[in-house]
Amino acid sequence: MGGFPILSVMLAVPLVGAIACLFLDAKPARMVALVATLINLALGVVLWANYDIGGAQWQFTEYNELFDGFAYALGIDGIALMLIMLSVFLMPICIGASWEAITKRVGEYMAAFLLMEVLMIGVFAAQDIFLFYIFFEAGLIPMYLIIGVWGGQNRIYAAYKFFLYTLLGSVLMLIAMLWMVNAAGTTYIPYLMEYDFPVEAQTWLWLAFFASFAVKMPMWPVHTWLPDAHVQAPTAGSVILAGVLLKLGGYGFIRFSLPMFPDASADFGWLVWGLSMVAVVVTSLIALVQADMKKLIAYSSVAHMAIVTVGLFAFNVQGLEGAMMVMLGHGLVSGALFLCVGIIYDRLHTREISRYGGLSINMPAYAVLFMLFTMAAVGLPGTSNFVGEFLALAGIYQANSWVAFVCTTGIILGAAYMLYLYRRICFGEQKNADAAAMPDLTVREYLLLGPIAAAVLWMGVYPESFLAPMRADIEVLDARLAAAAPEGDANLAMGEGLPAEEEHAEGGAH
Amino acid sequence: MDYAVSLSLIAPEIILGVSGLLLLLVAAWGGDKGARVISIAATIALGGAFALVAPAVCGGWSGPDTLAFGGQFRADAFAGLAKLMIFAAAGAALIVAPRFFERLGAMRAEFPILVLFATLGMSIMVSAADLITLYIGLELNSLAAYVLAAILRDDERSAEAGLKYFVLGGLASGILLFGMSLTYGFAGTTNFGGIAVAVSDGLSTGQLFGLTFVLAGLAFKISAAPFHMWTPDVYEGAPTPVTMFFASAPKVAAIALLARVSLEAFGSQSLAWQQIVIFAALLSIVIGALGAIGQQNVKRLLAYSSINNVGFILIGLATGTLAGASAMMVYLAIYVVMTVGSFVAVLLMRDAEGNPVEGISDLAGLSTTRPALAWALMALMFSLAGIPPLFGFWGKFVVFQAAVQADLIVLAAIGIAASVIGAFYYIKIVKVMFFDEPAGTVTGKGDAPHWALLLICGVLVSPLGYLLTGWLGGLADMAAASLAVAF
Repeated sequence: MGGFPILSVMLAVPLVGAIACLFLDAKPARMVALVATLINLALGVVLWANYDIGGAQWQFTEYNELFDGFAYALGIDGIALMLIMLSVFLMPICIGASWEAITKRVGEYMAAFLLMEVLMIGVFAAQDIFLFYIFFEAGLIPMYLIIGVWGGQNRIYAAYKFFLYTLLGSVLMLIAMLWMVNAAGTTYIPYLMEYDFPVEAQTWLWLAFFASFAVKMPMWPVHTWLPDAHVQAPTAGSVILAGVLLKLGGYGFIRFSLPMFPDASADFGWLVWGLSMVAVVVTSLIALVQADMKKLIAYSSVAHMAIVTVGLFAFNVQGLEGAMMVMLGHGLVSGALFLCVGIIYDRLHTREISRYGGLSINMPAYAVLFMLFTMAAVGLPGTSNFVGEFLALAGIYQANSWVAFVCTTGIILGAAYMLYLYRRICFGEQKNADAAAMPDLTVREYLLLGPIAAAVLWMGVYPESFLAPMRADIEVLDARLAAAAPEGDANLAMGEGLPAEEEHAEGGAH
Repeated sequence: MDYAVSLSLIAPEIILGVSGLLLLLVAAWGGDKGARVISIAATIALGGAFALVAPAVCGGWSGPDTLAFGGQFRADAFAGLAKLMIFAAAGAALIVAPRFFERLGAMRAEFPILVLFATLGMSIMVSAADLITLYIGLELNSLAAYVLAAILRDDERSAEAGLKYFVLGGLASGILLFGMSLTYGFAGTTNFGGIAVAVSDGLSTGQLFGLTFVLAGLAFKISAAPFHMWTPDVYEGAPTPVTMFFASAPKVAAIALLARVSLEAFGSQSLAWQQIVIFAALLSIVIGALGAIGQQNVKRLLAYSSINNVGFILIGLATGTLAGASAMMVYLAIYVVMTVGSFVAVLLMRDAEGNPVEGISDLAGLSTTRPALAWALMALMFSLAGIPPLFGFWGKFVVFQAAVQADLIVLAAIGIAASVIGAFYYIKIVKVMFFDEPAGTVTGKGDAPHWALLLICGVLVSPLGYLLTGWLGGLADMAAASLAVAF
């Protein structure tokens, strides 16, 4: 790539688009937003194609001493690359999902979404800790507006809750960051990742970061902002919230908490495990009784994110890889599920499950795609989520078999609530005349769901494309954690299996 | 001490004083008809003083060479930086005021002159190196300010504001003077350098009392809790351009003065005043945040917001370090920009006939009726709340950084957690403007100078402001360093 600052360009394109959208009418604003996000998707593909797997840990780096106290430092590793890909992949779909549903103040809406994209890419690409914080916090502003202006009935309460919850979570992290920079004498994240903070200090720093990331993740019991925000946000807002914003918490753990405070992470492993176990069981049960489709999917997100956290705090390669794969898979699948909800919401303007029924008769194509995403959410082999969930649970099994046992019930419960949802919406008799009269997918809706379906299958059938760029980085992280990793209770003895069989086991059978 | 040197050091003050007196004569004979010309002349005088102070700031003047009149007056970089902010804020007040008063038919020639004298007083305050200089500057500023608050003679609220300000301000001056006399009695000198020597081996009880009363009197002037009660009433009652002036320039002056008294005169006894400052800082943050929640009037809300901001600035002082003083100056500069911007936005809130509107509920749906104003106000509100990437975040950032460096981690953690309470009412304004249905009250057009000023403030608080961080931080560091080598 030479010296071409591709990451800066990826930040600049949506930023320019956002500013342009503010001054444009509805129609041109939609076009500008779509073009800007597609350009970024193309740039993302270029980025991935040029990413040198097995090359330097940090690639496409840019460094500029623009500010006092921190630098404009960008650069990505494989983990960041994958999350940036997820963001740029979902953004054009979000714009498409809002094409007809949003009719008021379109320019401002598109501007807010493009701004979101800038900030998300910035979070994943920032290599300076304060630059990261600025991008991380700034996301509150556009999301507050998206929920508050274009949301549903109870949008104002949801917007307040989202804003104040996440702000309270992250301000303490800022103090921790200031302390770290003061102690380590650098703001450069790659250096901080290798700096050994004193063990006593790690405890406090870890807790401060945990306060922020646990809210963003969200982990039980600080997840309550999520269902409110999701239900009230417009469809595309939900997609971006579930698809990318929830990943900020997981990214934070993998980039900050684990490598910077390995000892504290090991000490607090029990806390994360405990909260995750509760989350998996409790939120799955809550999801089971929801009457609102979006709420159901929102609670299922909390349960899936709990699988991510146990995978991260399993302290081994499988767990970390699994956590990353769940994040990517969940980003696609929950995004697609929210789109599926949005599609029927646009037709009937209700999210109540009981108002639908028997859609497979009048909307067969919709029913097929919805089925695919339902199965992916359940974690059926061959879909994206299976790979991640299997790896994450295999990872935690080595660390603690009881945690693995409880978390695996989440898969069963997940199957229960998702299949139950699917049965109530798509099967059964058509008891509501208006729901029975809904037309099937339009071309636009095919274009939204088709790419996600392809990606879900790709990730399920050949996950190596996604694991390969991250492998080296996860091994580095695993090596960093090795000294602190708790001893597992499983006492696994490695058999002397043939290499070919191992590969087979990882590929998809169970 | 050579008088020529002394006079050259106070050249900016001479300009302000002489032009104030000259314009007073012009006003006495010319009457209110010449008000606008006098305004322009006063702005030019401020610009001249600004240009004269700038070299001291950029050159980082410090040391004994900056003392004038036998150690009573100090024209160092710290004073210089504070003066630049004061002159800029006063200039902004002079720019916005004529349009506002002309609409009410109450433009008086004495307004710009009073602003000039108040500015002169503040300029003397920040340069004070002696308790007597301090008091003269403070009173010159206060007396002008009392009249300014009541300048709308026909308006009951304005008169009430002036009276309240006068009575409570007089009380504060009394407390301050009492503290000064105790300090003089137990230290044997009114000179900051002399006090520093007298307290260098520990504070006697009398000196401690003196210090406490001086701090209480100054806390009144910066409206830090628990001496903040006058602020909402005065800010609400005074005419908006005057409120803008009160919220910006005198705050800078009094905080800079407070820093000088604490760090220069009592610098060796920082443990004695740190507790007081920490207490006032945290209380201001919490009271400023909680008090604002129920407010219905934008000006009252901004009054509480200024109390809240003073709390954060005091955290910088509470560190007792030069990094803290530097952070404080950076915060002050950003605070002045945000305050001026917010009040200009309030000035732009007009109904169809051009009458000023001040209710928060009148802002409803502003984003559809007046998008430019709504977006600017939103940027200012998020900036005051300290949400990145707006520039207000940087002020909080440097202050907390100084606190963490000084090992005051608990203070920093409590302070920043309390800032979340404050965020609630800032985002409430945004909610009213963006989420609510239009109320249709704010429909009138604004004036070009107001828009220009709002645009400047908007650009400064936008993320573009971060490009200034290196320059601003450098100036503030030099200013703080000049405090250390005072003697």
